[in-house]
Amino acid sequence: MYKILEKKTIAPGLNRYIIDAPLVAKKAQPGEFIILRVDEKGERIPLTIGDFNRDKGTIMITVQTVGVSSEALSQMQAGDYISDFVGPLGCPSDVSKKGTVVCIGGGIGVVPVYPIARGMYENGNQVISIIGARTKDMLMEEEEMRAISSKCYVVTDDGSYGQKGFVTTILQQLIDEGTHIDEVVAIGSVGMMYAVAKLTRPYQIHTVVSLDPIMVDGTGMCGCCRVEVGGETKFACVDGPDFDAHLVDFPALIARLQMYTKFEQCARKAYEAERGCAQ
Amino acid sequence: MKSTRHAMPEQDSQVRSKNFKEVALGYTTELALAEANRCLQCKNSPCRQGCPVEIDIPAFIKLLRENDPIGAAKKIKEKSALPAICGRVCPQEKQCESHCVLNKIGQPIAIGRLERFVADYQRNTHEVEIPHINRNGVKIAVVGSGPSGLTAAGDLALAGYDVTVFEALHRAGGVLVYGIPEFRLPKSIVASEVEYIKKLGVTFKTNVIIGKTLPIDDLFAMGFKAIFIGSGAGAPRFMHIDGENMNGVYSANEFLTRVNLMKAYQFPEYETPVERGKNVAVVGGGNVAMDAARTALRLGADNVWLVYRRSEEEMPARREEVEHAKSEGVQFQFLTNPVRILSNDFWVNGMECEKMELGEPDASGRRSPIPVKGANFILKVDTVIMALGNMPNPLIMKTTPGLEVTRKGTIVVDESTGLSSREGVYAGGDIVTGAATVISAMGAGKKAAKSICKYLQDSAAASQFEKTKSSIIS
Repeated sequence: MYKILEKKTIAPGLNRYIIDAPLVAKKAQPGEFIILRVDEKGERIPLTIGDFNRDKGTIMITVQTVGVSSEALSQMQAGDYISDFVGPLGCPSDVSKKGTVVCIGGGIGVVPVYPIARGMYENGNQVISIIGARTKDMLMEEEEMRAISSKCYVVTDDGSYGQKGFVTTILQQLIDEGTHIDEVVAIGSVGMMYAVAKLTRPYQIHTVVSLDPIMVDGTGMCGCCRVEVGGETKFACVDGPDFDAHLVDFPALIARLQMYTKFEQCARKAYEAERGCAQ
Repeated sequence: MKSTRHAMPEQDSQVRSKNFKEVALGYTTELALAEANRCLQCKNSPCRQGCPVEIDIPAFIKLLRENDPIGAAKKIKEKSALPAICGRVCPQEKQCESHCVLNKIGQPIAIGRLERFVADYQRNTHEVEIPHINRNGVKIAVVGSGPSGLTAAGDLALAGYDVTVFEALHRAGGVLVYGIPEFRLPKSIVASEVEYIKKLGVTFKTNVIIGKTLPIDDLFAMGFKAIFIGSGAGAPRFMHIDGENMNGVYSANEFLTRVNLMKAYQFPEYETPVERGKNVAVVGGGNVAMDAARTALRLGADNVWLVYRRSEEEMPARREEVEHAKSEGVQFQFLTNPVRILSNDFWVNGMECEKMELGEPDASGRRSPIPVKGANFILKVDTVIMALGNMPNPLIMKTTPGLEVTRKGTIVVDESTGLSSREGVYAGGDIVTGAATVISAMGAGKKAAKSICKYLQDSAAASQFEKTKSSIIS
């Protein structure tokens, strides 16, 4: 059992947790992820590690409520225990010195991009960051990102804060202005990462994305998370989650992410019926 | 002397193909005694030579027919910590039973069924006795809680060691819980065997991935004096044909893990889903393929085809599993090899196959299949499950300097001791042999446990091992 030490609701359906997991915290590195299972009947949910504190033995995760298992997690409070929490999983991100790196985080993707951006900064890279959210209240990690960025651009879909538009709007501007860019790191929805990949390809700017396909065990045992990268089948859980964005077969990845969509409604109905709140 | 063995009662094939309850119901006491009475009690007991853990088979059968099933169970437990499991999943027809003298006049003694009977009898009627163990406080780590890990842990605990088993998943049991289905090996039985190992003093730490959460060298730093790696063959093989990443294509590992470990057959009560295909192709001819095919039937498939590139004779699956699959309605497509998977909008809607014929024997001694030109056909399926065997998971090897591995990625060990190229690090089971059987993994766990005891002889522990062991046996 793993104790929730802190919980903070950032926006409706968006929660941040500090979990007591000393073994995971001891080894965690930027770009890696964990898998948790809320209770005996829950799914195994992969989540990117937001931040970690080796001294305190804690891992920070930020969770958007999407399915029944994350809904159950959203009901839990500080002091509660989650059944299983395993990691760190995957390969750490490459944060070595490259020069100028544009770190892009969209929505919940800002959370995992922060430790990578910080690692880049600590290794002497110039970090330009572009962070976005649907609306002002859902924007995360702004101060943290500003602290390590030479420039930090903020966009919101609705224009409630920063510039109205998408992260790609800013990236295109930077490129058009002739900004020298050695690498782009983009984390967010698969649609956003695909858009960034399409944008940078003609300019041949090396672009890294962190993929989040459906997983079960997360250790390379099941092959559920396979993605085609450069014509080869890779397991995102052990070969990734970071991949060269220009080599990823995004349409296939998007289709695989929708494999269980029809089950989700059924699960939700059952979940609500069980808790006596069926419509 | 009855020349045929006593049949084991089982659920009717039409009923069981729609539920996840155990297929075989086990012998009644009357049937068990009648079957035990067929045993000739051969002085040289050839059956024992066929058992990887050398269970004293005639002795346990003798105790059983003297109406002492508890004594019989204890006799087996001298050599095997997991009789209820082995009685269900061992390929007895290739092991102990193949050596039975009765083969000459008819069918061999149903050793597996008798083993299962006595183990179940003991579990259902008696508190399992825990022998007194003098503990020496010396710490040993066991990596993986499958058959080899459980066996090594049990033996080392009996020898007085302070054993900790590390398991990557959230439940102990390895392939016994994520791979083998409920209808063949009820999970409550695995749980009670794990309970027994716990009662011997073994600590289980789930959710710890050795090689990631804790590298091997950290274990030594934490004070573990020896390590046994029994992490299994966990990486699925694919065919690398077109369409293999389309929605509806599973590895057998994923399909079975969803259903067995995550209980997707009870979705939505359990929250993990699994695609319930109506027309399913399972590719492969081993036990895992049989498990996947029979699972697909139970999830409501109208047609399940088992596609295997050789003929029935070469199929490596346990005979009983093949018979069960057939009687439940799995359709066998022998001498058939998939060449590509067809899809519409990223969802599987067919599988193109080529017909094969058998040529000369290959390196494995089996006649190798050769494609027949112009005989391709399409199976109309919506789900494809690849059950092509597994490779070792490289996580541990990647993070353990000095651990020698073969070209296939298995750990190199001294065959007689299980010792790897690293001092104090032993390995056994599928991580050494590649995918094999539960009982051979148990045999390897036993052997390594013995070697580890010997290795740690300098401590007071080793002498204690002999003392405890002899007190259990006497």
